[in-house]
Amino acid sequence: MTEPTFLFGQFVSGLTTAMFLFLIASGLSLIFGVLRVLNFAHGSFYMLGAYVAWQMVQWLGPRTESFWLAVLVAALAVALLGAVIERLLLRHLYRREELYQLLFTYAVVLVLGDLAKFTWGTQQLSVPRPPSLEGALHLFGVQIPYYSLFIMVLGPLIAVAFSLVLSRTSAGRMIRAAALDREMLSALGANTNWLYAGMFAVGSFLAGLGGALVTPVRAIVPGMDVEIIVEAFIVVVIGGLGSLWGTFLGALIFGQVLAFGILVFPGFSIFAAFALMAAVLILRPWGLLGKPLK
Amino acid sequence: MNARRLPWVLIVFLLLVWIPWFGSRYYTFLATDIVILALFATSLNLLIGSTGLVSFGHAAYFGIGAYACAILTKTHGLPFIVGLAAAPVLAGAFAAFFGFFCVRLTRIYFAMLTLAFAQIVWAVCLKWNAMTGGEQGMPSVPYPNMDWMNALPFLAGLRVGEKYYLVALVVVAVCFALLRMIVYSPFGRMLTVIRENPERAGFIGINVRRYELAAFVLAGAFAGVAGALFGIFNRGVFPDFAYWSKSAEVLIMTLLGGMGSFWGPAVGTAALLWLHQQITAYTQFWPFILGTILIILLFAFPGGIVGAIDAGLTRLRRRRRA
Repeated sequence: MTEPTFLFGQFVSGLTTAMFLFLIASGLSLIFGVLRVLNFAHGSFYMLGAYVAWQMVQWLGPRTESFWLAVLVAALAVALLGAVIERLLLRHLYRREELYQLLFTYAVVLVLGDLAKFTWGTQQLSVPRPPSLEGALHLFGVQIPYYSLFIMVLGPLIAVAFSLVLSRTSAGRMIRAAALDREMLSALGANTNWLYAGMFAVGSFLAGLGGALVTPVRAIVPGMDVEIIVEAFIVVVIGGLGSLWGTFLGALIFGQVLAFGILVFPGFSIFAAFALMAAVLILRPWGLLGKPLK
Repeated sequence: MNARRLPWVLIVFLLLVWIPWFGSRYYTFLATDIVILALFATSLNLLIGSTGLVSFGHAAYFGIGAYACAILTKTHGLPFIVGLAAAPVLAGAFAAFFGFFCVRLTRIYFAMLTLAFAQIVWAVCLKWNAMTGGEQGMPSVPYPNMDWMNALPFLAGLRVGEKYYLVALVVVAVCFALLRMIVYSPFGRMLTVIRENPERAGFIGINVRRYELAAFVLAGAFAGVAGALFGIFNRGVFPDFAYWSKSAEVLIMTLLGGMGSFWGPAVGTAALLWLHQQITAYTQFWPFILGTILIILLFAFPGGIVGAIDAGLTRLRRRRRA
């Protein structure tokens, strides 16, 4: 049970899970950092990304490189939807208590979940891997699909790209300023409307991207929205709400807990993940790499 | 002022007690559902409405109460009264343990920690096969022994479900009377002070955390009673009882009725469950309808049904005076 090959295999699978989750959770974390909204609908955006990608693949032809186009279209469509929801509805709730925002995003979960069922039915759907990433790498006796390798590279790339945007560009400066003090930023004349809409769109884009990219690995089913959002919450809470690298670290930890928790006893993983979330909230509510809110 | 003095719980009880004789079997069923979940929602409102704490994991205590009662009565064959008494004790004990950590956090972190604890409870219920039946849950939780009712006039001819409605109604009425006493007691007033301004409450010497924890334990205990009753009504207890979407559901009921008043959550529960029955007869897309209602509610009627009625009455009174 605990031979090195097996352990290495678990490690790799944990890493893949972690990078998928990072894609999704980073969007959730960025949205919270700027808008201070815990977005339950983030899981729905992930689910829509998957369904739209499946639909595009059906139209463009499966088992071709048009998979990548499908992924891009899915992520952009979800980003657009996110921006529309933010502009039309969510922004009117910023001045209200958190409860109203939470329940609003939950209402979006209910509506989008049913719309997806209505449009795509309830049967499981799947998307084949693109031809360029079929096959697997053999490493220390473990088969690592090229597709998983690609995800493992993409995760850190996105993390680095975002941290560069945050630290080097003027948009990044605005985002960091908004995370520190929203009132002051708008008092200084910055157009926070665009910032919020843009941030929500970018966060939704990441959810849609995660959903679209997950299609060759996991089945597309109703209920995937509710399942992923809880996992994403665990990741951002462990790492620190609003912290990009915190989310990265949180995803890595969560992936390994899932992969190795199974060694303790089956079903322990899920318990351990929530216990870890609770422990972090008790000892360091702002997360491992986050900063306390004022 | 006088309206508050009226024994409202007794009045509502006397209005509802006739349902098995006048309503159909279907209405008795619906009424049982509403009465039990109204207690669940009202227990949550002790936190949200009275104390200003937004719990996103209230289903945990509902689930603990349900499992406690089911395990004692079904697995161990103990009488219903033991299960019913154990439910609030166990749910309250867990609420005390979890709440101890939760009340140390503020706002969004409080909500997240209540959610995390509730998910832990859900995970344990889901995986501890030996105790909770795992994913399959615990089907066919026994009804309480209600044979003694056969000796009484009027009650003898009732069906089991109708008798159980009366049992649930009595238990819930007692709980409502207790909750009302708590809300309007000096202790309840302190909770209101904390809701309105926790910092100031601290400055005038109130131990805010201790009061919040007390409210958390009480809310958990009453949710436990609701869970115990619901497990029997539902003819089974399942891990979903403690899942986060159940916590969201009870929040919606509370909001729909109105968090600002004592009876609001009960009204919200009745409205939501009745609507659910009506709508699912026509379409399977109930979540879509619920989501739409919720969005309209959040934007147009943040005070819920009772809040909207109150506002309407105030406007009427003002017009009459003018």
